[in-house]
Amino acid sequence: MKTVPCSAVIDGFDPTGGGLTRDAIGLGRVAEKGLDVRHGTILSLEDINVSFDGFKALTDLSLYIGVGELRCIIGPNGAGKTTMMDVITGKTRPTSGSAWFGETLDLTRMSEVDIAQAGIGRKFQKPTVFEALSVFENLELAQKTDKSVWASLRAKLNGEQKDRIDEVLETIRLGQSRHRPAGLLSHGQKQFLEIGMLLMQSPQLLLLDEPVAGMTDAETEFTAELFKSLARKHSLMVVEHDMGFVETIADHVTVLHQGQVLAEGSLQQVQADERVIEVYLGR
Amino acid sequence: MNQPLTLTAAQKAGPKLTAVALGIALVVLLAMPLLHLLPAEHALHVSAYTLTLVGKILCYAIVALALDLVWGYAGLLSLGHGLFFALGGYAMGMYLMRQSAGDGLPAFMSFLAWNELPWYWYGTSSFLWAMCLVVLVPGVLAFVFGFFAFRSRIKGVYFSIMTQALTFAGMLLFFRNETGFGGNNGFTDFKTILGFSISAPATRATLFLATVALLVGSLLLGWRLARSKFGRVLTALRDAENRLMFCGYDPRGYKLFIWTLSAVLCGLAGALYVPQVGIINPSEMAPTQSIEAAVWVALGGRGTLIGPLLGAGIVNGMKSWFTVAFPEYWLFALGALFIVVTLYLPKGVIGLIKRRGE
Repeated sequence: MKTVPCSAVIDGFDPTGGGLTRDAIGLGRVAEKGLDVRHGTILSLEDINVSFDGFKALTDLSLYIGVGELRCIIGPNGAGKTTMMDVITGKTRPTSGSAWFGETLDLTRMSEVDIAQAGIGRKFQKPTVFEALSVFENLELAQKTDKSVWASLRAKLNGEQKDRIDEVLETIRLGQSRHRPAGLLSHGQKQFLEIGMLLMQSPQLLLLDEPVAGMTDAETEFTAELFKSLARKHSLMVVEHDMGFVETIADHVTVLHQGQVLAEGSLQQVQADERVIEVYLGR
Repeated sequence: MNQPLTLTAAQKAGPKLTAVALGIALVVLLAMPLLHLLPAEHALHVSAYTLTLVGKILCYAIVALALDLVWGYAGLLSLGHGLFFALGGYAMGMYLMRQSAGDGLPAFMSFLAWNELPWYWYGTSSFLWAMCLVVLVPGVLAFVFGFFAFRSRIKGVYFSIMTQALTFAGMLLFFRNETGFGGNNGFTDFKTILGFSISAPATRATLFLATVALLVGSLLLGWRLARSKFGRVLTALRDAENRLMFCGYDPRGYKLFIWTLSAVLCGLAGALYVPQVGIINPSEMAPTQSIEAAVWVALGGRGTLIGPLLGAGIVNGMKSWFTVAFPEYWLFALGALFIVVTLYLPKGVIGLIKRRGE
């Protein structure tokens, strides 16, 4: 594997270190209370296998994400990117293998709701927002708070929570549309709203499935800025097809192919990899 | 499905107009029982027939409201709400039968040559216990059914079919004489309630007022729920359940709460229906009854709370008129109404009023 200087070097982060060893990639050990990230790894997938009726969607997949890292996942269609996200969020159970959030939370035994509450947020490929509710209400529902039935029956927003919503509205540039029903937003605005909803959850790990699909160039550029500012405070895993976008944001890229990790490293490294060129990039 | 329905459409049409219309409706409804107390030859006298008819429609309106809470807000189309209504009615009917039987057995049991009451009839001579049954029987049934259905993530048309099957099963069960609820004749020939003659004008007026009170109470409760965060979570659940789960909400509890509440409201409506109409039999559990309730809600406008009340009033008002004037054409009229609503009024009557308002 050729080593190429990485354009997206972040202080104190060695892009050649790779993500294949456990303790190598942590950008810090700052994580919220309650989540044990002693080794600087927020997500560890080890030997994950998933098969649907004999079709192997993931084969012995191992992947580690460090605290504060921004990881891009690329790979051709059917490589298992979405299935991997399904495993992490509890939507799909692996046939074998382990998935740990921090050091102590076993994702393969937790429900989707528990996983979301533990601090993993997910953005879908197709923007999914609550269309009948206003932008403000969408963010209100996503807010990190007690989400039981009884709490919702009596819930009232306090000043601090309102400020937080305003802050996120500002971040995603939807302050003008706060009272518009989300169903009336443009495609790009819905993407931002969904990202805003993730931010309201204050998750520690964000999974983003094709976040810039259908965005204009200006919106894509803005998203790149946003993600870069989010990394370090949060850990991000971004699945994206847009290579330009990947180049702008990624410290580290993982290439999936046929349910396995084909290559890992900086974008330049993986782009230079013969096997990657063969299956995906060069053609 | 994706229309902004969170705020009631009526509110958007103009809060003042809505308030005035509701105020007039309430005054008329409160005046009716009082006018019924006037002597029969008085020009403003409201006949027992009219009062009973309107009282019956009000009970149906409560069912429509209850169905709107689960269908219009949470997106769970129930085609079995007639079951909860009938169960509430039967619980009240048990008490009324015990009242008219005095110390003996209800008449239908004597016909079957039974010597003692089945165990589930114990305590039904107490009005309080009967009221508990009115709430508990539909509530517990809905809770248990909902618990398993929502845990298994049954939704959409599968859920509707299961509720339909449930009410059909209930009907078959209650048709049997051995079940102990009077078979296909059900309960009738009631005489007194709490010692008052059931056909006395004052009793009728009181029952009518109780129905109005329940309707107003249900409407206020519905409004509070719809405007709370709980209501917004339900709307979110209807439109994007997966998104909601990944936001960290467990949809099961939300569904179960609104589903059980809706069933209890239906049970209460049924309990007020029976003494006013004077009969309860298994035909109330017929699948068509529950489907008709869905037509009321669709006609009035889903997710609007007021709409379903209008829908129940319009359909049942038309039904009463048709079955007197042109009895053979009622089903055609109902069918035509359903087609018109589906094709031209996707948001129901409320949607039409709102469009006019704009």
